[in-house]
Amino acid sequence: METLELIKEETTASKVENISGSEAVMRALIAEGVETIFGYPGGAIMPIYDALFDHDETLKHILVRHEQGAIHAAQGFARTSGKTGVVFATSGPGATNLVTGLADAQIDSTPVVCITGQVFAHLLGTDAFQETDVINITTPITKWNYQVTDANEIPSALAKAFYIASSGRPGPVLIDITKNAQVQKFDFAGYKKCDHIRSYRPKPIVRKEYIEEAAKLINEAKKPFVLFGQGIILGQAENEFKAFIEKAGIPSAWTILGLSALPTDHPLNVGMLGMHGNYGPNVLTNECDVLIAIGMRFDDRVTGRLDKYAKQAKIIHLDIDPAEIDKNVKATVPVWGDCKETLPLLTELVDRKEHKEWLQKFREHTKQEEEIVIEKEMHPSGEEMSMAEVVDVLNELTGGNAVIVTDVGQHQMVGCRYAKFNQSKSNVTSGGLGTMGFGLPAAIGAKYGAPEREVVAIIGDGGFQMTLQEMGTIMQYGAAVKILILNNNFLGMVRQWQELFNAKRYSFVDIQSPDFVTIAKGYGIEGKSINSRKDLKAALQQMLDHKGSYLLEVMVGKENNVFPMVPQGCSVAEIRLK
Amino acid sequence: MKQEFTITVYTENQIGLLNRIAIIFTRRKINIDSLNTSPTEVDTVHRFTIVINETEDVVRKLCRQIEKQVEVLKAYYNTNDEIIWQEMALYKVPTDVIAEKAKVERLLRERGARVVAIRQDYTVFETSGHREEIEGLIKALEQYSLIEFVRTARIAIIKDSKGFHAKLKEFESEQPAEELVENEFLNQQDKVFSM
Repeated sequence: METLELIKEETTASKVENISGSEAVMRALIAEGVETIFGYPGGAIMPIYDALFDHDETLKHILVRHEQGAIHAAQGFARTSGKTGVVFATSGPGATNLVTGLADAQIDSTPVVCITGQVFAHLLGTDAFQETDVINITTPITKWNYQVTDANEIPSALAKAFYIASSGRPGPVLIDITKNAQVQKFDFAGYKKCDHIRSYRPKPIVRKEYIEEAAKLINEAKKPFVLFGQGIILGQAENEFKAFIEKAGIPSAWTILGLSALPTDHPLNVGMLGMHGNYGPNVLTNECDVLIAIGMRFDDRVTGRLDKYAKQAKIIHLDIDPAEIDKNVKATVPVWGDCKETLPLLTELVDRKEHKEWLQKFREHTKQEEEIVIEKEMHPSGEEMSMAEVVDVLNELTGGNAVIVTDVGQHQMVGCRYAKFNQSKSNVTSGGLGTMGFGLPAAIGAKYGAPEREVVAIIGDGGFQMTLQEMGTIMQYGAAVKILILNNNFLGMVRQWQELFNAKRYSFVDIQSPDFVTIAKGYGIEGKSINSRKDLKAALQQMLDHKGSYLLEVMVGKENNVFPMVPQGCSVAEIRLK
Repeated sequence: MKQEFTITVYTENQIGLLNRIAIIFTRRKINIDSLNTSPTEVDTVHRFTIVINETEDVVRKLCRQIEKQVEVLKAYYNTNDEIIWQEMALYKVPTDVIAEKAKVERLLRERGARVVAIRQDYTVFETSGHREEIEGLIKALEQYSLIEFVRTARIAIIKDSKGFHAKLKEFESEQPAEELVENEFLNQQDKVFSM
């Protein structure tokens, strides 16, 4: 007996290694399967960077030009790869520069783990150099955050971080590690992945009776309508979703983050919801009898005026996050759970149907929209190019196989409205937060997340100037991102609102741009600027054919507006076509 | 209609959680009337008792946002008739006033006040009870040179609660039991099938 115990002790002892906290961080990242890190070093995270120096073959570190770029890149990476993005930043300004990206990842449910350095534990609260209270600053914009002050906590803190970031409704997690914990040697007994936290239930339990009730409603419906969001993509339930709508024959419209979960040319894909969405989905929201919301959260840009939103309909809401049910729109039947599990259960119970007449109604609305809006957008009568025709030619050349990253503004709405997608995880955009400057760094990350795919970043002249320094990252690491700037020499979306609602008082939207092609050249990125329709196709082809990164600036109409539009404070049925 | 609700939150004992919970209210510009943190009958579990004045709809949403936090085990909300609650208060009164005025002595006796400390210049009393009782005594004492007053947050016990031991077992199990009702308000929500 004694001998046995002795042997046991010895084997455990041999497994225990005395390593630094920083080395433990590396072990954790490797164990979690991390291959790419986006980061920027600084004083308080130096020990971690020192440890990284020994692992540069396993852990590829992309040095960005600004920490905001690091987190947006990690978001782009997560969106195209389905994995968790990882960010390193130092204390103080390094960490505060992550704030916008954290807020963006929080509202768009993107799994990201940020590791920030922090001053020595004994200096906490002394206003030390580069000390900020990062934990409290980031509390409202993280799914979870934790400050490590002792190296012994590092393995379990990181295990929890990765588990929390990627499970349930994903989100950003920040781990703040004081410098003393990074250098501290401790007995490391191996890294154990986390798969359970008692106070955290990532998936609510599926309740069969609600599925049955939902199926009953769907089977009785004459005019059922599906709204789907990013939940489908995050839950990797694209096939389950398709099987469901195909069996029940329900027209389906997407939120901006749900885009690409269902191929554009799928016969049941009726288009985009919301403020600049398609005509049919908005108008018919207020005519359907059963509204089935899947993995979406009824954002105000989707619902318009809430008290006039789908009041005639019974609402079925499928979501993994119980806090989303009834938050904005009261559900008649809540179906809580992971849609990868709930959708097949629902599919089994629904009757096979077609709803031809109802689908035809969507087609009629599409036709109207085509006549009044789309036709003009695709084939403008004037000399000036429209954003939509650029996207249309791009579709033709990529065949809908590219990852399309957009920034925020008019080009984003146009990009999402007109870009074609054949496969999921192909649309990367800042939806909830609407972060200008998101596009370029997110595209870099998206390329690392899907290196075999073509990544085209469609960006406006305003947003590009917010983070164009990340061309330096492209220069250094050669991410073959195609940058397509749609330049209207205006902050177009705000200008559109000023035109429509502020009597054309164009207050500070007239933004000047530098010579983008020359700037790109300075970063070793080839480029071209065109302002004539006859050059469009060839220029886009040249951009796509180019081996490395390429910047194409297309000058587009200065005062074009994005339509349709649901004006703020109006109901979705009051959508304007012009 | 707005009314007083008592929110009981069972949590892990974690630094920063108070802030995480508090900002759920402050973000929505909701005033916290009273907040108490306390250990529970279960060793490692903490409990927050929060009182706010809001509509039930808002309170329900708040509870779901609270429960969404990783370190929160459970959040309940109750109206005043569903709980037993107490608040405690300390009153500092000049000793000579009590010594001289029989009325004050009677008043304190009637209100069940207990002496905590007696000094030559002042005496500290303590009472516990509902808000109105405590406020009643302040009012009465004001005319007798009340020097200082402080009241605690509300602490409350839910009448039909069976404690947290059994609940915790469910949380600790890796696979939740079939009969575990994750969000029990679902069962009470008779409006769910409102067709």
